Amino acid sequence: MRGVRKAFGATQALDGVDLEVGAGEICGLVGQNGAGKSTLMAILSGALQPDAGEMRIDGRPYAPRSPIEARRAGVAMIYQELSLAPDLTVMENVLLGAEPTRKGSMSLLVDWTAMRTQAAAALAQLGHDDISPDAIAGELSVAQQQLVEIARALAIGCRVLVLDEPTSSLGRADVERLFDLLRRLKAQGQAVVYISHFLEEVKAITDRVVVLRDGRNAGGGSTAETTSDAIVTMMVGAAPAELFARSERQPGDEVLHVEAFEPGAASFTLRRGEVLGIAGLVGSGRTRFLRALFGLAPVHSGRVRIGTVGHAGGPRDHWRAGMGLVSEDRKDEGLALGLGVADNLTMTRLEPFGPAGVVSPSRQHRAAATWIERLGIKCSDPDQPAAELSGGNQQKIALARLLHHDVDVLLLDEPTRGIDVSSKAQIYRLIEQLARGTADRPAKAVLIVSSYMPELLGLCDRIAVMQRGRLQPPRPAAGLTEHELVLEATGAPGRG
Amino acid sequence: MTRRSVVDRAGTLIGLVAVALLFGMLVGRQFYEPGNLELMARQASIVCVSAIGMTVVIAAGGIDLSVGSIIALTTVVIALALKTGMSPPMAALMGIGAAAVCGLVNGILITRLSVVPFIVTLGTMLIIRGAAKGMAEERRVEAPFTWLNDLLRTDRGPLLVPTGIWMVIGAALVIAAVLRYTRFGRHLFAIGSNERMARLCGVAIGPTKIAVYTLSGVLTGLAGLLQFAKLSVGDPTVGIGAELDVIAAVIIGGGSLTGGRGSVAGTMMGAAIMTIIQIGCAQKGLANWVQQIVTGVIIVVAVALDRVRSAKGR
Repeated sequence: MRGVRKAFGATQALDGVDLEVGAGEICGLVGQNGAGKSTLMAILSGALQPDAGEMRIDGRPYAPRSPIEARRAGVAMIYQELSLAPDLTVMENVLLGAEPTRKGSMSLLVDWTAMRTQAAAALAQLGHDDISPDAIAGELSVAQQQLVEIARALAIGCRVLVLDEPTSSLGRADVERLFDLLRRLKAQGQAVVYISHFLEEVKAITDRVVVLRDGRNAGGGSTAETTSDAIVTMMVGAAPAELFARSERQPGDEVLHVEAFEPGAASFTLRRGEVLGIAGLVGSGRTRFLRALFGLAPVHSGRVRIGTVGHAGGPRDHWRAGMGLVSEDRKDEGLALGLGVADNLTMTRLEPFGPAGVVSPSRQHRAAATWIERLGIKCSDPDQPAAELSGGNQQKIALARLLHHDVDVLLLDEPTRGIDVSSKAQIYRLIEQLARGTADRPAKAVLIVSSYMPELLGLCDRIAVMQRGRLQPPRPAAGLTEHELVLEATGAPGRG
Repeated sequence: MTRRSVVDRAGTLIGLVAVALLFGMLVGRQFYEPGNLELMARQASIVCVSAIGMTVVIAAGGIDLSVGSIIALTTVVIALALKTGMSPPMAALMGIGAAAVCGLVNGILITRLSVVPFIVTLGTMLIIRGAAKGMAEERRVEAPFTWLNDLLRTDRGPLLVPTGIWMVIGAALVIAAVLRYTRFGRHLFAIGSNERMARLCGVAIGPTKIAVYTLSGVLTGLAGLLQFAKLSVGDPTVGIGAELDVIAAVIIGGGSLTGGRGSVAGTMMGAAIMTIIQIGCAQKGLANWVQQIVTGVIIVVAVALDRVRSAKGR
């Protein structure tokens, strides 16, 4: 792949990226969230088309217009979420779309005997003839299902195998087995692209490493000659432009107290006028922790105090207690895209708009219009469906909901994911204002989850790292560097 | 009504006008005579009032296949109650009450078992139909003649149109107001549009859904009362397949089976379109099969137009 570019609206997701992988080589692709790894792989696998750049396989030009074309050309992706048909047997899955047919049946009748043999052969090639071709895919372990997917890739004659975070749901022994398998495939002359957040894995299995940052190549080289420290430096890059203006803030009353909370193994307190950051990789358990804290996911154990009262219950109780959540999943959970701006913005607190269950649309619109103006949300009118707004404006609606409700504790999960720079800056300023407080509104307490470290360093007073499901104790942000945070989040001492 | 919802509904209104003009031309001037219009209103009333209930269900992201059976059960309950000598208003209340209980049970099953509404109401459709037949001993239930039978009778008095039509209009106004001006209304649209967001926002999803299906039951009970007025007997086999007409009216009126959209005005126009085709075809002397094909085409065209429009909105 050479000089690949891709822009989404105003965002340049890829800006001239090169990637090369040879037969019999395992190439590691690393970079922080949002560095462009996923976009690059989507282009390689035909799910997206590049704006510019060229791709070649075995020297021949390669320009897939769909994942099917990519597969035919020999590029197979194994995603984090497995894509097997869980009700079908292993052999049906392995040969899906390439079923052998009986001679003389005009390709209408499936040749089950040939199917079983071919599937068994593909599994044997992986050194895993312990998986029966007749087993139901959904009943296998996750590690076995992953093997079935790899077998499928091989059965269709794949030349380049792309693995996206393949170990995220595997146990330690399974990881070892997967690595053995990858070495075996390498010996057979396969080209493998290995994407992972975990540097120790990249160090262990890859021959070469390519680092992406902000949609560009940020360096790389032979894995043996590159230290983890050097890789992190390439991932982090230079200090970001100054988007953050932090004022002097005075921590006030304690408003949130979390003790021995599971999931997350979390203990901390949060005061008014304080911004606490949770750093961590996608999938490290930070979102699950935040959702459990808000009553959207099951709580296993622990104590939570909001204000002065102990607390448990669903989202409704949390809103009442003065806590609000902005979901990381804006489209599926954060907003109802089909509904208007005003409905989305005021849904948690319709009570002020009329007596006894009545909602006066004009009063609802007036309240929404206030927030639309104050946050600079660009929309034609408060009834405009949220779907028609840009990501940045949608996110401002989700945030404005918390302001309309006037909560004391704001839980923000990836509040600036996938939005444009100017909206980001506005949201940063807003968070800053909320934490500082104004004459008529007391300071709020803010808890931010983010995988973008400069954001946390710029906004937060204290930062805690979520590492494989366990929240480390918060530390003052002033003494931390992005380098340290990335190293701590990507390292996995608990597993060593 | 906001500017946006007017635009949303324009398509249905244009369809209604087009269909009305078309059959006006085919049948002739007498198609627009007051008597003929009243005939169509009477014809539409039963599907219409049930469809108003269905609008609420569909806006909340659900579906209710049991409405045809509930209509039958209501006629049977009213007839049986009248037979035991109960006063007409009490009998009507009994019938509507039975329908409300059916809706309540639908709602409870859907929320407590977390089974999709399609399956739950498919089941209760059979159960309620069976119960109606059992109560009626598989026969029509003759009932003494009371003023309930006059609900859909032409009234030359000060009311201008039959009492039953006024009841439908009243129900439509009440439900339209509930959808637009109450917290319950905003919450049910939120659930239909994105249930996960509704949960995040602390909307009481279970109770809201139960209320939605109960409300649908009550309105379907009202449809059953009008059905009884039309038949003057309790008939456990009436309204088979009525749920499809009811759903069609909502869909033609701009409701979306994926939830979050639907309006009482649209639904009423949808019911009107279907009735005009029915009566128009009959008066033109077109066979029943023509009428069915035309209605089918209208449904598919309405939904296809809607897809085009919402695709442009993205």
